Amino acid sequence: MATAPKDNNKPAQEVLLRVENVTKIYDGTVKAVDDVSLTVMKGEIFALLGGSGCGKSTLLRMMAGFETPTKGKIFLAGQDITDLPPYQRPINMMFQSYALFPHLSVWENIAFGLKRDGMPKDQIADRVEKMLSLAQLNKYAQRKPHQLSGGQQQRVALVRSLAKRPQLLLLDEPLGALDKKLRETTQLELVNIIEEVGVTCVLVTHDQEEAMTMASRIAVMSEGYFLQVGEPDAVYEMPNSRQVADFIGNVNIFEGVIEEDEADHVTVRCPECVHYVGHGVSGHKGMAVGVALRPEKIMLSKNKPTGEYNWCAGEVIEIVYFGAHTTYHLKLDSGKVIKAQELNNTRDLSCGLTWGDRAYAHWNDLAMVVLTH
Amino acid sequence: MAEKQSFFSSVKNSLFDGRNAVIGVPYFWFLLLAAIPLLIVLKISMSEMEGTQVSSMIDWSNGWPKLTLNFASYQFIASDSLYFKTYLSSIKYALITTLLCLAIGYPFAYFMARAPKHMQPTLLMLIMLPFWTSFLLRIYAWKTLLVSNGVINNVLMSLHIIDTPLTMMNNSFSLLLGMVYSYLPFMILPLYANLSKLDLRYLEAAADLGTSPFKAFWLITVPLSKAGIIAGSMLVFIPAVGEYVIPELLGGSSTLMIGRVLWDEFFNNLDWPMASAVAVVMILIILLPMAIYNKSQADLAEGKP
Repeated sequence: MATAPKDNNKPAQEVLLRVENVTKIYDGTVKAVDDVSLTVMKGEIFALLGGSGCGKSTLLRMMAGFETPTKGKIFLAGQDITDLPPYQRPINMMFQSYALFPHLSVWENIAFGLKRDGMPKDQIADRVEKMLSLAQLNKYAQRKPHQLSGGQQQRVALVRSLAKRPQLLLLDEPLGALDKKLRETTQLELVNIIEEVGVTCVLVTHDQEEAMTMASRIAVMSEGYFLQVGEPDAVYEMPNSRQVADFIGNVNIFEGVIEEDEADHVTVRCPECVHYVGHGVSGHKGMAVGVALRPEKIMLSKNKPTGEYNWCAGEVIEIVYFGAHTTYHLKLDSGKVIKAQELNNTRDLSCGLTWGDRAYAHWNDLAMVVLTH
Repeated sequence: MAEKQSFFSSVKNSLFDGRNAVIGVPYFWFLLLAAIPLLIVLKISMSEMEGTQVSSMIDWSNGWPKLTLNFASYQFIASDSLYFKTYLSSIKYALITTLLCLAIGYPFAYFMARAPKHMQPTLLMLIMLPFWTSFLLRIYAWKTLLVSNGVINNVLMSLHIIDTPLTMMNNSFSLLLGMVYSYLPFMILPLYANLSKLDLRYLEAAADLGTSPFKAFWLITVPLSKAGIIAGSMLVFIPAVGEYVIPELLGGSSTLMIGRVLWDEFFNNLDWPMASAVAVVMILIILLPMAIYNKSQADLAEGKP
């Protein structure tokens, strides 16, 4: 099994946040977070990714101080903050629903935390001005939150949590309340602002695209523990389990048995086809494995490929047109349905395949990942 | 055919439309039970007593109607300082009652709203439980508790805590006690309704930004419950200004309240125009806080906190 490429050329980084064997049990029985450990480096944008109920929000709330771990410790810059109340932590959070104070203006919302710190008035005014320009909201300083659009509210929430220059910024589903089109532009704005300030970030999201575009590292969570932690491309291209492969993006998984196990290649016999994988894996001959193959790595043609590996045949049962690409659903002879994604790089629809056509799917020997669990 | 249809539909749209009927019911109710009686009171206040009858405002003796408006009652209210003092005293007692209800009711409502969800209906029931007994009976009950040889004095005397009975009746203490006791639920209920809707994430956000729970209460909870505070205060203040039964039974002669003056004018002096004028001035005094209340409600409806 291949491992994620290590970044040896990056400078040695300082650990900012360390979560040590943290467990959270609700009502004596429900394990929301199960023995999780993690370190976040200074300057990093770290994403906790998972479906609802996976424990990602509970973990974030423990970092903020709204929940206390049942077991384990949380350190910030070396200091144990496990039992510190939220108002004494140098951590700020941007809430999913923004939680902007409805009775205060944009200006007062941003100044709220600064006033609590007893900062002199002129410095507060200075800082708020800076934050307003960062969010490009100078014109809206005297508005109340309900007089702003969703995207503007989101930026106020962000700069309010940045105003105190926290050591750690927590983002709870930062784009969850925005519609899809706005989300894409806002994602980049958000990352730009965060990078401009240079704050370390932990963000929680259920949206894998959001995690991949924003984060420098992702932890995929399920049932209270981490399935995989790594950089976005590593998690996408080298998932370590069926769950991760399935959760991040679309995937076709072929079940099979390792037939040949060599240092430089393996073959996996599946009911549909034989996979020739162009690198060694951490399995052994006769082992039952899954072969994960992303739809965009499959090529379709009407002609039968030559060679005995890495192809299968089936009937086109569904064509889903997305504009930039088209997804074909192929019913294989074994009854299994796989998805193949073709780029629409010319204006006449590629492949010339239509419903009911017999098509051949093929891929190269580095396209798939062998999953041993 | 088409004409007939359009005729019917236009009649239907204008008169017998279900929507109009539904809107009409409260308007009719208001007209019958508030607007018309109020106009009658206004009319009486500008008339004169002729024996046991109220004079007619419109005189037809010359063949055409002659409207006579008599402002004597209003002039008398303005000239006699007793009325001014009584209005002032009524407002003072109503204001103190409102503030005491707020001071007692707010923590009450706050803890009710924060109580476990399954306990809240029970707590709400307990607040409303006194309404199951007649208001008059409850005020009489206070009388038996507070008088010199009443329950409280007897207990304190037998325990040798006091030697002589405390004077707790027929003064402003007994009046305010009765008023606060009676009006407390009207403060608690709107406050509870407001506080139970408070989004706790605002408090989390305040804590996250470095606010201690005590500070967050004053900076977030109280301002966000403004609508509840205003609603509760109006519900207490407005009826308290005109309260008659409590000052009559618990207040004694030393506590001046306009409700009793009104009663005296009406039933003892049989001066209907005077009683009506006193009532009209009282309504005008109450209209001011009502206007404030309405504005806050309108702001709320617009989404302004």
